[in-house]
Amino acid sequence: MQIRPILSTLRHHKLTAILLTLQVAFTCAIVCNVAFMVAKRVQRISVPTGIAENELSAISSSGIEKGENMQARQTADLAALRAIPGVRSAVAVSYSLPLNQSESSSGICPSKQALDRAMQLNSIDGSGCVQPASYDGTPGLIATLGLQLVAGRDFLPDEYVGKGKPAVAIITRALAQKMYPGRPALGQSMYDGDHFIRVVGIVDTLLRPALRKPGVDGDSLIWPQRPDGSGVTYVLRSAPQDRQRVLKAAEAALLQASPNRIIAPGQMQTYTQIRRAYFQRDTTMIGLLIASALGLLFVTALGIAGLANFWVQQRTRSIGIRRAIGATRGDILHYFQTENFLIVTAGVVLGVVLAVVLNLLLMTHYELPRLPLWYLPIGALALWALGQLSVLSPALRAAAVPPVVATRSV
Amino acid sequence: MFGYYLDLALRSLKRNKVLTVLMVLAIAVGIGASMTTLTVMHILSGDPLPGRSAHLFYAQLNPDIARPHAKEPAYVMDYHSAMDLWGAHRADRQALIVNSAIKVVAPESAVPPLQLDMLSTTTDFFPMFGVPFHYGSGWSADDDAQHARVVVISDDLNNKLFGGANSVGRTLRLGRSDLHIVGVLKPWRPAPLFYEAWGNYTRPQDVMTPLTSGLEINDGHFMQFTCWDMPSTPGHLQNAPCEWVGLWVQLDDAAKVSAYKQFLGDYAAQQKSLGRFTSGVTRLRSLMQWLDYLGVVPDDVRLQNWLAFAFLAICLFNTIGLLLAKFLRRSGEIGVRRALGASRAAIFAQCLVEAGLLGLLGGIGGWLLTMAGLWLVRRQPTDYADLIRLDLPMFLATFAVAIATSVLAGVLPAWRACRVAPALQLKAL
Repeated sequence: MQIRPILSTLRHHKLTAILLTLQVAFTCAIVCNVAFMVAKRVQRISVPTGIAENELSAISSSGIEKGENMQARQTADLAALRAIPGVRSAVAVSYSLPLNQSESSSGICPSKQALDRAMQLNSIDGSGCVQPASYDGTPGLIATLGLQLVAGRDFLPDEYVGKGKPAVAIITRALAQKMYPGRPALGQSMYDGDHFIRVVGIVDTLLRPALRKPGVDGDSLIWPQRPDGSGVTYVLRSAPQDRQRVLKAAEAALLQASPNRIIAPGQMQTYTQIRRAYFQRDTTMIGLLIASALGLLFVTALGIAGLANFWVQQRTRSIGIRRAIGATRGDILHYFQTENFLIVTAGVVLGVVLAVVLNLLLMTHYELPRLPLWYLPIGALALWALGQLSVLSPALRAAAVPPVVATRSV
Repeated sequence: MFGYYLDLALRSLKRNKVLTVLMVLAIAVGIGASMTTLTVMHILSGDPLPGRSAHLFYAQLNPDIARPHAKEPAYVMDYHSAMDLWGAHRADRQALIVNSAIKVVAPESAVPPLQLDMLSTTTDFFPMFGVPFHYGSGWSADDDAQHARVVVISDDLNNKLFGGANSVGRTLRLGRSDLHIVGVLKPWRPAPLFYEAWGNYTRPQDVMTPLTSGLEINDGHFMQFTCWDMPSTPGHLQNAPCEWVGLWVQLDDAAKVSAYKQFLGDYAAQQKSLGRFTSGVTRLRSLMQWLDYLGVVPDDVRLQNWLAFAFLAICLFNTIGLLLAKFLRRSGEIGVRRALGASRAAIFAQCLVEAGLLGLLGGIGGWLLTMAGLWLVRRQPTDYADLIRLDLPMFLATFAVAIATSVLAGVLPAWRACRVAPALQLKAL
């Protein structure tokens, strides 16, 4: 295929060709970045929590007045919940579960020296001290949540406290590596400003209740502490298909045990619902981003097809002449395909540059990471394919122009 | 002339229906996407108290002794500082803001107990924020001073508990205390919920009590924003090393604003010299500055807005290209009109009228798509879903943007069309 005649034709249609090139360039830039944003969000919503998600449900009870014996109340409630058929285990927590937004956190340091360093620096950064999310709960929490103990042991019954600070804790592997890099965390004494806390166990993964950024989302710590407020959340483990039934039964059992309490309708959820609610915005955004990327590609395809159609109509006569002096249908078809390829290539080259610029803009305004470069060739391929697809029908129409047109006036 | 151009435009649009539909569709989709997100932005970044917001200020200082070098003060303050500043009565009006959850039951009603958020504040809250009353009124400064067991409830709660009747004088049990209802609000939905430091679009609290009484009836259930040390009695924060109280002031002129700024700065400096504070940083932000600082408009909404406008831009490119094709295809016709005496300006105007007509049609489609888009936004479980609707300015803006963008897109093709050389075209006929 000769490119020279195509280029000289395009020179006659400079404006339209430039417009099309720009449209392809912008589409390429936006679609690459949108695809990257979609990938980031998908990665965000598929983060593992470390717990047995599809076997858990949670029900919150509040409004029991002070004065009642909270510990006795909880023990009775838990006994009633464990008696429900299908419930394999049940524990009480104050409020925190991974991804349920109710986070309690406080600073903790690997040693007293690290705290002094943090005081000197007036900042927690660089001192080795961290702000992990704290979880509490009644005995059996680790087993009920389905956490993987990778080192050490679960809490002993006499380590649990109601009020006050426990002397031991279980931490996540991520937190252990951050606080004690290169040495075993098990048995170390963490310092929180008042007390030393011994690490007795390490669990594989336990996500925070509210995500911050990927580097710190796995920093969690479990205290052997029973909830002691007037509000408490009971976590039930059952077979996945039993969860709705178990929740209904749990509500009835709790209200029967103490009719005085309040169980808000929104506070009875399977863990799947908790997770879905947490990422609801992200799932909406993923839908929106995909829809807008497809919309953009569609509009661009429309533009390419529209202009190609116009060119075919405009050049019907010259196509007829070319056919009359010996060009085959294939020649005409390839002519338009090559023309499209040239325009899209110019657009893609510009688009790749624009994609990087757009990514830099997004990085400053929306904390988006750098666009991996392999997105660019994929975007380019997509646009080439799109261009060829949308030019196919006008090009076929051009190839079908009979040579006899040359002898007629248009 | 305009009528004639309109007629020509209609004929031209009818000639190639598929192309016309495609162009209108492209404009409609672009307008629909951008107006949906623009409407959401417009509502979310709006002024919750138009007319009042310029005189309302949020006072901030930094009581956290563990952050001596913080550049920004805390979002809320400790009880001690809040009471000092409030007690000085240096502003035209002032309100303290404290939140807690409490169990609410109306003894005369069959509705089961509810767990609700309680706002504990001071008498000026109602006149200062222009809170509308349906029945009764707010409480007095005396009620504040005497720890009166009085409560103001929302329209929503009044409907739920009392079927919407005038419930002033009836009793509401909060926790274990009986309170007298003194006021029932009209529906009141400032968006965002500006007076809270959490910066979102939830509804105002359903029960509001004087701060002095609230602290007594819900003692032990107050939640801190942050603490720099463990509170000795959780839930009882009056003398705890915790930040949990907000302070709003109304200052009616610029002189008072600078005087109050001075007062706030002096207070922080004095506390620092007394050793109670380690930082003298203070801020006195106006309501809109405060919302801006909190960053209430979600990042995702901003991103959607940019995306939608990028989309509109691509649709514009498309329209330019297609209009160019459309106009130049009629070169012969334009040549004849030029030869018969039409000026370049006349051809230009005619082309723009056609582009404008496309814009109008696209605007109608865009308006329908905007309504559909907003319907989708309302169905999302966000706390601002109920606020989203198309008001008159945004409705007009939809058409203005549609016509303006398509006329803009028409300029280049029209300019090319009016420079068609008549002689060349006539020869080709």
